[in-house]
Order: sequence, then C-alpha cells, then structure tokens
Amino acid sequence: MSSSSFSVAVTGAGGSGAVTTGLILLEAMAQHGFYGFMLRSSGPQIRGGESAVMMRFDTGEVLAANNQFDYLLALDWFNIERFIDEIPLDKNSLVIFDLSAGEIPEVLSQSNAQVVGFDLKKMAKSIQGGRVNMIALGLLANTFSLSDQSIDRAVNKILGRKGIKIVETSIACVIHGMNEHKKSNLWPVKIPTGNLSTKTTRWSITGNEACGLGALYAGVRFVGAYPITPATEILEWMSPRLEKLGGGLLQAEDELASINMIIGSSFGGIPSLTATSGPGLSLMLEGIGLAISSETPVVVVNVSRGGPSTGIPTKSEQSDLNIALYGCHGDAPHLVVAPLNISDAVFTTYWATCLAEQLQTAAIVLSDQFIGQSRAIINNPTIEDIKCRRITADNAQENYQRYKILDSGVSPMSIPGTPGCMYTADGLEHNPKGTPSSMSIDHLTQLEKRNNKLLKFDYGEQWSDISGKGDIILITWGSSSAMVKEAAQQLKKQSYSIKTIAIRLLMPLQVDLLSAALKDAKKVIVIEQNQGKQLFHYLHSQNSLPIDAYSFARSGPLPFRPDEIANYIEVIL
Amino acid sequence: MSIELKPKDYKSDIKPVWCPGCGHFAILSALTKALAYLKIPKHQIGFVSGIGCSSRIPAYVDSYGFHGIHGRGLALASGLKAARPDLHVIVAGGDGDGFSIGGNHFIHTCRRNMDMLYIVMDNQVYGMTKGQASPTTDPDWVNKLTPHGSGIRPFEPLAIALASGASFIARGFSGDPSAMSKILVEALQHPGFSFVQVLSPCKTFRPEQMEWKKQVHNAFIEPTDDPALAAQAIHNDDGMGMGIVFQRDIPIWSLAKKNTNTKQDDSKTSIEKITSEFEL
Ligand SMILES: Cc1ncc(C[n+]2csc(CCOP(=O)(O)OP(=O)(O)O)c2C)c(N)n1
Ligand code: SF4
Repeated sequence: MSSSSFSVAVTGAGGSGAVTTGLILLEAMAQHGFYGFMLRSSGPQIRGGESAVMMRFDTGEVLAANNQFDYLLALDWFNIERFIDEIPLDKNSLVIFDLSAGEIPEVLSQSNAQVVGFDLKKMAKSIQGGRVNMIALGLLANTFSLSDQSIDRAVNKILGRKGIKIVETSIACVIHGMNEHKKSNLWPVKIPTGNLSTKTTRWSITGNEACGLGALYAGVRFVGAYPITPATEILEWMSPRLEKLGGGLLQAEDELASINMIIGSSFGGIPSLTATSGPGLSLMLEGIGLAISSETPVVVVNVSRGGPSTGIPTKSEQSDLNIALYGCHGDAPHLVVAPLNISDAVFTTYWATCLAEQLQTAAIVLSDQFIGQSRAIINNPTIEDIKCRRITADNAQENYQRYKILDSGVSPMSIPGTPGCMYTADGLEHNPKGTPSSMSIDHLTQLEKRNNKLLKFDYGEQWSDISGKGDIILITWGSSSAMVKEAAQQLKKQSYSIKTIAIRLLMPLQVDLLSAALKDAKKVIVIEQNQGKQLFHYLHSQNSLPIDAYSFARSGPLPFRPDEIANYIEVIL
Repeated sequence: MSIELKPKDYKSDIKPVWCPGCGHFAILSALTKALAYLKIPKHQIGFVSGIGCSSRIPAYVDSYGFHGIHGRGLALASGLKAARPDLHVIVAGGDGDGFSIGGNHFIHTCRRNMDMLYIVMDNQVYGMTKGQASPTTDPDWVNKLTPHGSGIRPFEPLAIALASGASFIARGFSGDPSAMSKILVEALQHPGFSFVQVLSPCKTFRPEQMEWKKQVHNAFIEPTDDPALAAQAIHNDDGMGMGIVFQRDIPIWSLAKKNTNTKQDDSKTSIEKITSEFEL
C-alpha cells in the first residue's frame, strides 16, 4: 500500500448521516488536493436502515479497496456487527465514537483497535440544530488538516440544495469539531507524504455515472429501463441527460420489455442501451439472443450483485460471468466487456457501444456494485475516438440483402424510413435476404457470418490492460483488477517480478494475444471474485491457460484486499 | 411518392406459410387495402410481430418489419415508436402471443397509449404449436394437452383493453375483409393505441370455426367515448359482435423530445456541459 494512502470508515443508523458525512469528507479532501474512493454499503432496509461508507484517500488516483482502516467514525453502534467484516481494523486503527451511544460492542474490542470516546452529542447541542455527524467530521477534518475553505465548499456542494440554514449550521458544527480536535490533542494530525494535486480538472464520479457517460459519448440516445439495485442509478442519471441530447428513456413493465424495446429503437437506427443486474439479465436472455440473431446492436450494462436469485442486492460479486458468456441458447456469439475500475467504466461502456454498433450485435458490459455505486475522485478521462460506427445502407437498391455474406461478416443495415431497401428483421434463421429458412446451408452461412464478424475484427490493444513485467502472471478482470494490481505492486517491493493482465474484452477472447502475453510464464494465477472459478474455467476451455495454472477465487460480498491477494501468492510461490 | 400504390403493391413476394383456408390471409389483404387507401409510404411503416402463425405476417408486407420473439412484439414496437415517432408502427400477432405470454405487455401498452395499431389475429388456439388452448379458448375445448378441456374460462380482450386504457377498441372478422379494412383505416388514423381483435378461423385445428361466418353480427354501430357505455356494450355482446366499440382522445405517451437525432453528430457542447457537472 502506498505510504500516502489512508482510510476512513463511517457507520451509523439510518438518519445518522453516515453517507452525507462521507460525501462531504470526500469532496473536502478533493478540494484540498487529495484523490479518493468511497464504497457504500447498506443494510437490507429500504430507508432508515444502517449504512456505512468506506473511504480511501491518497495523493494520487486510488481506485482499489484498502487493506485496513486507519479511522472508524462510529456515529452510533447501531448494527455495527453487520459491517465489521467489511471494515478490517488492527492495532493501528483508531475508532472514534460518541460516548452517549452506549458500551463498546464486543466485536470492536476483539479488533485491538484503539478506541476514543467523545461526547459528540454534547458538542452538537452547543450549536442550535447541530448534528453529531458534522462534529465528528470536524474531528477528522482537522486530523487531515483540511482548510476551512475546503470544508465550506464541500458542505455547500453536498448540502446546498437543503438551504442556507442547514449549510451554515453544518459548517459551524464542522469548525467546532475541528477546534475541539486542535485543543484537545487527542490524536495526532496526520499529514500524508506526497504532493497534493492542483489539477482543477479532476472529477468526482460514480461508476454508474461513468457507464452512463460513456454510453452518451458513444451516441446512445435511447434507453429502455426497469429499475434494479445496484444498476438503477445508471438509468436515473441518464434519463434527464438523454432528453437534453434529443433522446429519451422509456420505463418498461419488466426486463422482457426493456430489452425488446431497445431492440426496437436500435432497429429504428438509434444507438440504444439498457442497464440491469443479475435477475434482470436472466429475464433478458431471450431478447439478447434476438439481437444477436437479427444483428441488431444493443448494449446491456449488468451491474452485478451477489447471486443467485435475489441474492445480495446491495453488495458486489463477480459471479455473472458465466451467464454473460453462456446464457443464450443456441450458438450465440456476442461481445462481453468489463470495466476495470470507475474511471475505466467511461471508456469501456463507450467502447462496448461503438463495438456493438460496428459489429451489429449485443454487447454485455459487466460492471458490478463495487464499481457502480462507489464514488471516486479521478483525473478527468480522455476518450479517444474509436471510430466504430454502424454501417448503414442509405440508398435504394435493387434486391437489397440485409444479411448479405461479405468478407467482414458485417452487412450494411438499412434503417426504416430509407426508401428502396426494406426488409424484415428476424430471429428465425434466415437467408441473406432475411427470409426465414430452415435449410442447413442458410443456417451454416449465417452462423458463420455472425461468428466471423466478431473474430475478424481488430480490437486493438484495448482487449486488456497489461502492467508490470515478469514470469509470475496474474490474470484478472473487472473490479478485482484494482486490488490485484496493488497486490502486485506490494509484491514487487519484495523483489518478485510480476505481470498483471486485466482482461477487458472477455468475449470474443483474444486467445492469440493472451497466449503471447503468457509466453514466458512460470506461474499463472487467475484471480476473481466468485465461488465457481468462472474465469479460470472459461480460460481453460479456450486452451488459454497452462495446465498448472492456479485459481484464486472467492465469492463476494467482501471486496478483495490487496494483502489477501499478496498473501495467497506468497504462499504458492 | 407520386405513383399511386395498389393494395397488391404492399404485398411482398414471399409466399405465406399459412394453411389453405386459414383466416390470416384475409387479414393480410384487408391490411394492405387499408394501407393503400391511406397512401402510407411503404418505407415509413414499421411492422412488428411476435411468434405464431399469425406473427409471420410482417414478412408478407413490403415494408420495414421485425419478426421478434414470442409475446414481445408490443415491447419491441414501443421502443421503435418511442425512438422513431415519424414511423407508422403496426403490431400483429396471435391470441397466444398477445394475451398469454405477452399479456403483461398488452396491459401496459394499452396503458401507455402510444400511437400505434395492434391487430390480434384471434383463432382461440395455438396454431403454430399444433392446437392447444389459448386465453380465449372455451374451457371445454378438448385437445391433446388438456384432454378434458382447459377448464379455464376465456377472458374478454376488449374488456381488458378498455380497463387498461386503450383509446381505440374494435372487433373485426376475417370472413368480412371489407368491413375489417374499414375498421383498420379508422384504427390507423386514430391518434393513440388502437386495438383491433380480428376473429380469424384456424381451419386446421379449429375447423368448427368455419361456422363463425354464421355467428358474427354487427354490434357496435357507433363508437362511444364513454368507458362505462363501452364496458356495457362489450359485456352484453356474445363475443361475436363486430365494429368499433370505443374511441376517445386520451393523452398519448411519447418521449419528451420528438424527432430523435439519428445522426451521431449531435452537439458536442451538450456533452461537454454534461461532463462539466463532474468537475470539482
Ligand atoms: C418462449 C417461447 N415459448 C413457446 C414458444 C412456442 N410457440 C410458438 S408459437 C406459439 C403459440 C402461437 O399461438 P398464437 O399466438 O395464438 O398464434 P397462431 O399460431 O394461432 O396464429 C407457441 C407457444 C416459443 N416460440 N417461444
Ligand atoms: S395452423 Fe391454423 S392458424 Fe396456423 S396457418 Fe394453419 S390454419 Fe392458420
């Protein structure tokens, strides 16, 4: 772990303001020049349930979960045992709590953390309308020597819409907390090493927003929507912005409808997307098969959560890889891509949309709750134009063939409203004209066409993110990538030579490029957050792994910790 | 288009798979007649369906079409119409497709009241899968799957459309294509969701339906815009009454902004404005 990184968790009952505290702290730290990352966790209640935010700060971009927490701000002890697994503490951790909240729970005493009680309630009462969470925030703000100005801007940004009164009271509370900390010398001020950023173009963004933005960049102008945790924010974020761009969102009656709606709109010529999570993806599969067979571009963002069935809606897991790869019946080649982190979610969703449009097929974007619902301070991403566009038939043609066999496998698609090249799209097997056919020759050539267009395309170096050099090779995908990379850096300090391959394009797997990247491997370890070793088995099925490759796979909902990965690797080396 | 198109010009050169004597042929003819009468440009038509004998119909019309998956035609069509309000969107399918597997979409598409035409080619049977009961089949109709009959009372599609918010509701009969064609002309012109149930005998699995021509009758002489009166008329009818029973102007659902830009060149500035919300 970089020496400049430090971490804070805030927990509390519903209404205690844990999430607001986290949002203000993140914003204030960003104003001050830090980068940061904030993961949210909530209990099963819809409203009023306990919640927690887990944050990490650094002087450079930080997108991975940390090993242990330096500070835990317990606004109360409400259901703390539900979160404690997600907040690893050790003897270096400092737990700050409100003395009026009652006895220290046993789960905490076991952790060896230092515990400091504070009469937060009394301090809050000294300010009219004052709140415990803002006082507590002040204690931390001074610990990180934040300026009054950063606090002021952050509180205004996060609470501004609640009115001037609340903003002023909150700022007063934070300043009061800061002063108390200054006076009492309770624990030392921790000023991190490294230079603070002066970049003004940094962004504060969640992974779900990043997916939405990437899609808009790529030209998505229609969304079919059915809400589901933890994907809903993509849909809600896109809705008003689509309108501004001349598009829109249609709320469907279910996911059977939402997927078919976007097939309809895309058939109409408009790049289209839907976002869902496991249960919704299950319902969409028949529709995805239709998009593949009728060669209608669609993008499905799956923000995965604990499964199977309703599973753990509010927490992350990488267990939807199998359904994304294999869920469709028949031979149904399509695109499966996965963003590596919040920042990459902009590019990956943009890329997925461009590829779906260019290759006239379905693209599944495998994000997850860890990426989707976390917020980070990032360098503003630059998007290079991938120059993939839908190839259309724009002029009337004698004997137009919608599914014509061409070298690239991609045939020009005519858009309704274009005179002289009308056709009927079909999920029934068809001949090049689109007429239903059950003849083996048509089935063979069309299957080949749909497969070849994906295999022949040059995806460039974006298929993966390769970092480091060495003969110990870690292969991973999606949200685990950030932690795997950090583990590799930790191990490098102990002079292991390690290469990390984070696969962005999961289907079609770039078999040749992957085997080239694995050429001199002595040890290969596949790391993923699911019980079934889904990536490991997939890579084996494509003959892409040495026979003695290792699998390090475990289920969610706890995110990987870099230490956990590094320890595993050290044991097998 | 300057050349006058005849009904046959709206037919494609694909030969229907339907059995000789199937009621669906007459629906194809009545529809092409209505399209020619209204001079709707062929390339401005988006004809969508699900799966079933009836759902084969889009390929037989020379227009843009989408033969989708079982029960989802209305959903696909809703996406198409939302994104392309300039198109004339028509949906067709069977009673199994529309009322059973697609029943939920039927309710919600009525409710949404988008401007499109939905024709259900109702033969009270699953034709394509060779003769099982559908939601409009009588409970005592014996077939291989339910040898004692389904034992379930049929539902009344017109009543469900009315209760769900459809703004144009009619029933036609494939044995009377010219009356049906008139209904379809009205339906195509109606702004909002037009639902037309067409009784269409399945000669192969329900040969007794060939008697329908003796049983149908004109029932709904003047459409009402009063849902209570329409409900009464539907419930007093024996299910064989023809005509437009209900028509009313009800707010149409469409995207807030019409005419979605189909080009990819839309204002960079707007995207830049959107990205600026993320800046610190
Ligand atoms: C998901 C799914 N389930 C079942 C089927 C099989 N299937 C095809 S058509 C059909 C019913 C057709 O009946 P109807 O919609 O009344 O049309 P008809 O053939 O009578 O015109 C069924 C059950 C299917 N294609 N897809
Ligand atoms: S099975 Fe029945 S519905 Fe299907 S084509 Fe034959 S007659 Fe028509």
